Amino acid sequence: MAKKTYLQALNEALDQEMERDPAVFILGEDVGQFGGCFGVTQGLFAKYGEARVKDTPITESAIVGAATGAAAAGLRPVCEIMFVDFIGVALDQLFNQAAKMRYMFGGKAKIPMVLRAPQGAGIGAAAQHSQSLEAWFMHVPGLKVAIPSTPYDAKGLLIAAIRDDNPVVFLEHKLLYGIEGEVPDQPYTVEFGKAAVVREGADVTLVATAKMVHTALDAAAQLAEMGISAEVIDPRTLLPLDTATMVSSVKKTHGLVIVHEAVKFAGAGAEIAAQVAEQAFDYLDAPIVRVAAPFTPVPFSVPLENAFIPNAADIVEAVKRMRG
Amino acid sequence: MSVSNDQMIEMLRTMTRIRQFETRVQEFFAAGKIPGFVHLYIGEEAVATGACGTLGATDYITSTHRGHGHLIAKGGDLKLMMAEIFGRRTGYCKGKGGSMHIAAVELGILGANGIVGGGGPIANGAALAAKYRGTDQVVVCFFGDGASNQGTTQEALNLASAWKLPVVFVNENNGYGISCPTCKSMAVADIADRAAAYDIPGVVVDGNDVLAVYEAVAEAVKRARAGAGPSLIECKTYRWRGHFEGDACVYRDDQELADWVKKDPLQRFENKLLADGLLDAAKVESIRQEVARELDAAVAFAEQSPLPEAAEVLEDVYA
Repeated sequence: MAKKTYLQALNEALDQEMERDPAVFILGEDVGQFGGCFGVTQGLFAKYGEARVKDTPITESAIVGAATGAAAAGLRPVCEIMFVDFIGVALDQLFNQAAKMRYMFGGKAKIPMVLRAPQGAGIGAAAQHSQSLEAWFMHVPGLKVAIPSTPYDAKGLLIAAIRDDNPVVFLEHKLLYGIEGEVPDQPYTVEFGKAAVVREGADVTLVATAKMVHTALDAAAQLAEMGISAEVIDPRTLLPLDTATMVSSVKKTHGLVIVHEAVKFAGAGAEIAAQVAEQAFDYLDAPIVRVAAPFTPVPFSVPLENAFIPNAADIVEAVKRMRG
Repeated sequence: MSVSNDQMIEMLRTMTRIRQFETRVQEFFAAGKIPGFVHLYIGEEAVATGACGTLGATDYITSTHRGHGHLIAKGGDLKLMMAEIFGRRTGYCKGKGGSMHIAAVELGILGANGIVGGGGPIANGAALAAKYRGTDQVVVCFFGDGASNQGTTQEALNLASAWKLPVVFVNENNGYGISCPTCKSMAVADIADRAAAYDIPGVVVDGNDVLAVYEAVAEAVKRARAGAGPSLIECKTYRWRGHFEGDACVYRDDQELADWVKKDPLQRFENKLLADGLLDAAKVESIRQEVARELDAAVAFAEQSPLPEAAEVLEDVYA
């Protein structure tokens, strides 16, 4: 198996699906010759041409609506929103149109579209280019939400998303584009709604998403040196959400810390905490703890941004406090 | 564009269907038999009929909150529509959509829409699919004067013109966005003037003249099928009822309504066909009676259909 970056894995997924299925096409801002703002669509314009890799005006409603209408008419569009923060411009087309058409129409429409968007802080891009908005999308019946943390999952989840008959919001963390991992050359899918136990442990469960999976793994390594065995779980998709894997882990470890880069208040962690509390309260030795960003916009200056993003020390501290 | 005699009689029948359908909905809503709220199309029948008269079965439309007329003109089944409006499980959407969300993808009807300006971007997507596949399908995007001010509509017009998509944007200018007259919501007198911003044809037609609408839209459809891109057709018309049933219409005076009622598009077309000798009074009456019987059947179907079971709330969220 070859080592590839997260970005290469995404690019390979797009390439292989376009090769396999002529109904798959890409549209978005600067996705053509430019190759995408972060380079995810690089080379695809040269290979598939303008008809299948379409540069759009900087009009997000028009992009998401075009994807929605094309999907309703039977194509499989993959649209890119350059930064997830821009989704606000197009939100009606996503949450009132794409997400609800099937239900409103009594199950008679399929909207097989993917909306890819980079999110996350850490590049000094400040408040309108750095948010983690997964909780917004989780609140909308009809959408699915994928949030890969590894190159392997990035490829497998994106192929699964493209083949899915529902609108999928596919959230890529921009600081993960460069990380490397084992990625098979052949096409494969990672099933939605199946969390990954990325590190096994016995004393505490850390549920983390996106870049925070890696931060949680760093914390788990530090905790191991202190004699605390942490299990790290990556949900991989937040909608559907695999609570069963988390609940069974908590039944074993009796403690849960949830980590995400989005603001803590009303974040994905709140839903995870509620579900685990509902299903495994009697197994918990201590209250569930969330480690997440403070309730502020993402700041610009380096020390401020660093203070905003949760780090491994925050997680270690939370686990130590939890264990008294 | 020549319209055959048979086509004209069919258009009269469609307009009669819409008028009678809406009149029934009005009555049943007043009687408390229809939940939610409804926006009626009475007075605007010529627009849907003329525009959809130019389309084939595989062409698409996107509709609006005031969509019953569009759906009927595109071939929607009156029984399934009425059942949906009554909230029955036999309706087009199994009672999950109601008046504002009726759709029939198999007829190219991509849905009425509860969001003003929601349809334009979606119309582009369907048109893009047609172009992508190399079919000659076109999309008619119905939108109101209110929607013409929305960013989504302007984004859609821009993308359609930049990509030469086969869309005909059919604007129904009925003079009011809910209560706000167009003279307060926009500085232009003609919405069609906005076509200049996108270098596409912009045409104003009398929206109460079904043949004028037909001719303008047919020309735009021909252009779209030929790959020359979108057009914007503004149809000046008027809604006889309020924005919604129950609207007291404090924002307009009775005289204005009375003036427009005199311009009744249905009566006008009937008079024309009678004057041209295409049919006689007896034929007009028989069309009315035939349509009334269709409506009787549609209402009976709706009233006799079961309501959805509570457990069905969970179905159809995901494919």
